[in-house]
Amino acid sequence: MTVLAVEDLSVRFDTDDGVVHAVDRLSFGLEQGEVLGIVGESGCGKSVSVMSLLRLLPPTAHVDGRAEFDGVDLLSVPTSRLQRIRGREIALVFQEPMTSLNPVFKVGNQVGEVLRRHLGLDRRAARARTIELLDLVRIPAPERRVDEYPHQLSGGMRQRVMIAMALACDPKVLIADEPTTALDVTIQAGILDLMRDIRERLGTAIVLITHNLGVVADIADRVIVMYAGRKVEEAPVHELYAHPQHPYTVGLLGAVPRPGAADEQGRLREIPGRVPSLAELPIGCAFAPRCPRADELTRSRSPELSEIRPQHFVACFHPGPEWQER
Amino acid sequence: MSAVEPTLEVVDLVKHFPVSGRLLSTSSVVHAVDGVSFSIGSGELLGLVGESGSGKSTVANCIMRLTEPTSGTIKLKGHDITHISRSALRPLRRDMHMVFQDPYSSLNPRMTCGQIVGEPLRVQRLARGKGLDGRVVRLFDQVGLRPELRFRYPHELSGGQRQRVGLARSLAVSPSLLVADEPVSALDVSVQAAVLNLLHDLQHDLGFSCLFITHDLATVEYLCDRVAVMYLGKIVELAPTKELFRAPKHPYTQSLLSAAVVPDPEIQRTRTRIVLEGDIPSPISPPSGCRFRTRCPVAHESAPASVNEDPPLLDVGGGHYVACHLVRPGEHAPRLIDTAELRA
Repeated sequence: MTVLAVEDLSVRFDTDDGVVHAVDRLSFGLEQGEVLGIVGESGCGKSVSVMSLLRLLPPTAHVDGRAEFDGVDLLSVPTSRLQRIRGREIALVFQEPMTSLNPVFKVGNQVGEVLRRHLGLDRRAARARTIELLDLVRIPAPERRVDEYPHQLSGGMRQRVMIAMALACDPKVLIADEPTTALDVTIQAGILDLMRDIRERLGTAIVLITHNLGVVADIADRVIVMYAGRKVEEAPVHELYAHPQHPYTVGLLGAVPRPGAADEQGRLREIPGRVPSLAELPIGCAFAPRCPRADELTRSRSPELSEIRPQHFVACFHPGPEWQER
Repeated sequence: MSAVEPTLEVVDLVKHFPVSGRLLSTSSVVHAVDGVSFSIGSGELLGLVGESGSGKSTVANCIMRLTEPTSGTIKLKGHDITHISRSALRPLRRDMHMVFQDPYSSLNPRMTCGQIVGEPLRVQRLARGKGLDGRVVRLFDQVGLRPELRFRYPHELSGGQRQRVGLARSLAVSPSLLVADEPVSALDVSVQAAVLNLLHDLQHDLGFSCLFITHDLATVEYLCDRVAVMYLGKIVELAPTKELFRAPKHPYTQSLLSAAVVPDPEIQRTRTRIVLEGDIPSPISPPSGCRFRTRCPVAHESAPASVNEDPPLLDVGGGHYVACHLVRPGEHAPRLIDTAELRA
């Protein structure tokens, strides 16, 4: 069952430097109990696209498209209705557990606030449920932690509190924006296990936004690769890593240091150049200036997504698994 | 690495930061670095790996004398530099340079990139005027930057370009030791690879020694000759890179290797993983005995020794040093993971 269907989502910002196309006609569906990974480097539009779904962007953003959730379009539904969806049916976990908790309130109050606001629980019930939630996210001694302030918790523990808060109302969709980026690897492993566990036990659909290809390989069922505001490739996780087709995906996979990644000279694959400015995108394919397969066609027209293998979509005129095709 | 004189020798380095006592508590100290010893041979790259709070950056800052060590000895090419005065240190600054993590805050925004790269040469009175500009152009060329960029300011450059400027500045005086503290952590993946390749090539061409500090084990495997793993202010394992990745012995190193994610779902989802319980303990009151015992998956096997005694860093053969009660020369180390699983 599709819980969230995003169609032709575009986000533009009017800035002093001109119009910035942060997201360009992004479409995707999210199935119940699925983990969808959205990968890309900074500025590719991965965070902006999900922020726009919950209408959390500043008024300078122009958002177009549709995002169907539970029979309503999130992008056009009245704010009062949206407020009942946000935090209750679609929950968000941010990257920075240090800055997304309020430092002057106890952890219990912050998780409890969600319960009281959305579910109408009284103080006592909210506290009891908060302890249950802290236990669910495997925080040791939850009865004690509930009365502590964020600064008394470690980074991994704070991220667990954020996840507990997101799960408070048993949401259908959990959006996690770089949930492990600020954490050490040993702590990251625990958070990934927790997310896996939540999906299994509660059937929550998860959108995982990250720049880390290893995290996606670990937990995602399906992957979307974004570049310069556009979806350039989408495939089930095993398919994507075994048969990457877009040169950007191929390049990224070769650029990550890992056992056996370096070539005979002991060098890693480099993607030349840099991510283009979203205010001055090239006319053709946005990746063309960095692409070894670029030609006249690539530079003059922007490739559309097409299904190249079963369930495997790629936006490239010269798809293939090798970095250098010709 | 049996060079007559190592480029850098660190012996029993300790750095404690005092914490002012508040309310009723008495003043205490943060044990940031607690007895760290290692050496870096001529032309050698040593990786120093650890999680946040392990003390790896403090080690770097002590070596650069940006922080005064509490005790211990630091020798640069045989000279004891642990306590020498700033003025006596100045000529030695030519021999060691640092690349910082954040290319956004480690370059002076009011200087052009050319001035930034030329500054060490100017300060050390190695070049001036036309000669200086020529050297700067050559350095820009060496790190793969167009020479025109020397007239630009740091904010006009991308993160990757800025880190290249940082590298060019460090290499300007041809130091024999480069200390690189997480030089690529702030960069995007596609840019990271280019900077790592550059560092790899420069080291090959110029032959400097390097202390490469990172939290990312995979980078170390690609770049370094030997690796030291730190946990809570101590080195728990030190070995040649190949050996460390083939046969990691300390339970912490094994946990760290098992927790690092591999960008391949086939491997990532089938390999054995150890998830450590809890968080890294506070360096204000580190656990007695072995510092890793509170999270160690095999702590029960080494008790009660692990509670009472701090295991020394011992050579278990072939330059492989381990600080663990369960790892003794000539005996099998506890094997928690199979490293062959990590490779396709």
